[in-house]
Amino acid sequence: MRTWLVLFVIVLLLAMLPLVGDNYLLRLATTVCMYAVLAQSWNFIGGLAGYPSFATAAFFGIGAYTSAIMQNYGAPIVLGWGSAGLVAMIFAAFIGGAILHLRGHYFAIASLVLAEMLREIINGMPDFAGGGKGLNLPILPISVTAQAQFFFYAMLGLALVCTATAIVIHRSKLGFSLRCIQQNEDAANILGLNTYAYKTAAFSLSAVFVGFAGAIYASWVSYIEPPDVFDVLISVKPMVMVLLGGLGTIFGPALGALILLAFEEVVWRNFLTLHAAALGLIIVVLILFLPNGVLSLWNDWLPRKKPAR
Amino acid sequence: MTTLLTLDNVSRKFGGLNAVDGVSIAVEQGEIIGLIGPNGAGKTTLINVITGVHPATAGRVQFESRNITRARPYQIARLGIARTFQIVQPFPKLTVVDNVAAAALFCGHARSVRDAQAVAREQLAFTGLGDEADRPAASLTLARRKRLELAKSLAMRPKLLMLDEVNAGLNPAEVEDALAIIRKIAEQGVTIIVIEHLMKVVLSISDRLVVLHHGQLIAQGAPQEVVQETKVIEAYLGAKYAAKREQLH
Repeated sequence: MRTWLVLFVIVLLLAMLPLVGDNYLLRLATTVCMYAVLAQSWNFIGGLAGYPSFATAAFFGIGAYTSAIMQNYGAPIVLGWGSAGLVAMIFAAFIGGAILHLRGHYFAIASLVLAEMLREIINGMPDFAGGGKGLNLPILPISVTAQAQFFFYAMLGLALVCTATAIVIHRSKLGFSLRCIQQNEDAANILGLNTYAYKTAAFSLSAVFVGFAGAIYASWVSYIEPPDVFDVLISVKPMVMVLLGGLGTIFGPALGALILLAFEEVVWRNFLTLHAAALGLIIVVLILFLPNGVLSLWNDWLPRKKPAR
Repeated sequence: MTTLLTLDNVSRKFGGLNAVDGVSIAVEQGEIIGLIGPNGAGKTTLINVITGVHPATAGRVQFESRNITRARPYQIARLGIARTFQIVQPFPKLTVVDNVAAAALFCGHARSVRDAQAVAREQLAFTGLGDEADRPAASLTLARRKRLELAKSLAMRPKLLMLDEVNAGLNPAEVEDALAIIRKIAEQGVTIIVIEHLMKVVLSISDRLVVLHHGQLIAQGAPQEVVQETKVIEAYLGAKYAAKREQLH
């Protein structure tokens, strides 16, 4: 109940942002919401099941391209967005069946290859998906401010649905089972758990919202190309955000998304030439001294009767 | 008596090594079988074959009327075959009660996590772990962790329970406690296969002994008779000792 209340208050406060903020702030907030979706999604497979997936960029790009291709063939924006998440999820279910028997580093490498592979495939398809030239998307016939608000609310809505799903999953049999898989997969299997099916479910869950996010992003920037939407950073950043916020927690990923974007903005403005190095240093220091994430500070200060789950 | 588990000429190879080599055993309902043999005889491998962790490379495993030779470990668990591990396998960060709840939940004996926790508390009371229910599993002593393994496998409501050295590393008082629990489980009608190195323990609880050596079945039968067999003494103490013993008698 308390968790739902926290979520409700956060979303309500964020929803009032267009009343006070300018378009720059709105753009940042949209990015935070997008990051939160990516981090929250990675948390299903990486945080709960303990499988270090680098497939986020692949799901993101699939979502972006699905929506872009469909809209280029005349599909309405709603249909484009809707099918983006489904296609990403189906892709994850198939690929998951093939690579989820790998563990640890082997799984990480297999998942890392996905985005690289898809990028090269699209680069080589100039007739179907624009190839290396990229694809344009229809621009919404509304004012710039209205667009900024529209995409902000779209991303916020997606982040809300994604976090609500996380809350339900964390308390369900699925969440419990994934936590068991993370701690001792063989033991879970011998106790009667079809670990393969549960891992595939977690992997598919980590794809569906990322696919939607990719589609919204594509419409937002109105032009996509393979190196942009299959960027390896899209896979790496969610991990950093989850580690910053708190692995396997509900609000950790969103908090991590906010922190990472804040750092990116502040550091980028003040250290124009050295920003990547400065950002890297901050992240290393944070993870070194707060291995359980920023959210663990809160839990340490306010001991609860029952541990959060 | 009905036969619960039948192993028919079962073998398991690892590369060129025959870890289990043409073993045939029939396990009757309600029996306590002591599975013994020197180190490396293939006892644990045989259990891994039955539970599907390392499926048989030849032969056939039948449980009740089903052929489970090629079944996956989770399918076999759901049919009612539970085991404990020689090296304990808890979910370290979960509480003791959630560890046991996992077994009830995964085997389909509880619909929700909450139902499973209720089942788990019963099993913890039965195995004497009730006081530690809400502690993380990682904080238990070895004896308690072995007990937790037992509680987990009981929450699966098994028809066949295989105990892989549940008494190794325990002191005599702890062994007595564990034996009392195993007897109580057997009274409920659960068929039990015990792997054990402590001869006193095996002889006191087994209805029948099965002896493995180099992956082969070398003897089976009533405990007191089996331990007198020359082949068994040879396997444990060497041919020289066995020959000397023959002369004395």
